Amino acid sequence: MERKTKINAEEGKQEILITREFDLPLDLLFRAYVEAEIVEQWMGTKVLKLESKKHGSYQFETTDPQGNKYRFNGVIHDFIADNKITRTFEFESTPLGIQLEFLNFEKVTDDTSRLAMRVIYESVAQRDQQLKMPFAQGLNMAHNRLEEVVSKLK
Amino acid sequence: MNLRRDVFQAIADPTRRAILVLVASQSMTAGAIASNFDTARPTVSKHLAILTECELLEQEQNGREVYYHFNAKKMKEIADFIEPFRKFWDDRFNKLESIMSKYKPKK
Repeated sequence: MERKTKINAEEGKQEILITREFDLPLDLLFRAYVEAEIVEQWMGTKVLKLESKKHGSYQFETTDPQGNKYRFNGVIHDFIADNKITRTFEFESTPLGIQLEFLNFEKVTDDTSRLAMRVIYESVAQRDQQLKMPFAQGLNMAHNRLEEVVSKLK
Repeated sequence: MNLRRDVFQAIADPTRRAILVLVASQSMTAGAIASNFDTARPTVSKHLAILTECELLEQEQNGREVYYHFNAKKMKEIADFIEPFRKFWDDRFNKLESIMSKYKPKK
């Protein structure tokens, strides 16, 4: 199994570092964050609003298989094409608060690129809650996979 | 292998995950938990029983009421629980990669 995505969450810190290398040129990687219809595809969410520019804002809405709707929003503080996005992130109506995200995009080779995403929480407790809880809608996927694996063990 | 006692099996169910999320923010009675779901009360009780059996929830008698607490310690025991989080991002990024590798810019 590939382990291309790395998570670094140090004990007692209120941040999570997510890094990943892509077999994609830098401009394609960056574009996946900028164009609404592409964001919709890979994040599995509906994009209500996405202003990819300094002082812009965004709002996403995701519907789970049970039909529950979840909204996410934030504002974009800094936006440098093919280089950097600094934004806030809020998973609405959850106790996780608001995070500050620093997304750094860099070229590795002509065909590969790297994303480093530093997510800062208001408190260590909130960060730990994010990591510990079988919580975010997307974790469903991981657990569904787990369910598959478990069901094969029967 | 007793699957009913398997913690991962316990959290594989969306209603049970929702219950954990709810109880993690504050301890609640079974009635208060059930009022958050459209599911029939006995079904919620069954979920609570499974979560308690797996020690993800703990019961505490408080006067006439039984309160359910979230057992964070048990959650910690779950292998490496950063892994689901990592997997979540890995799946997402895999998708991004596969979409963008076929991407043709619109003119």
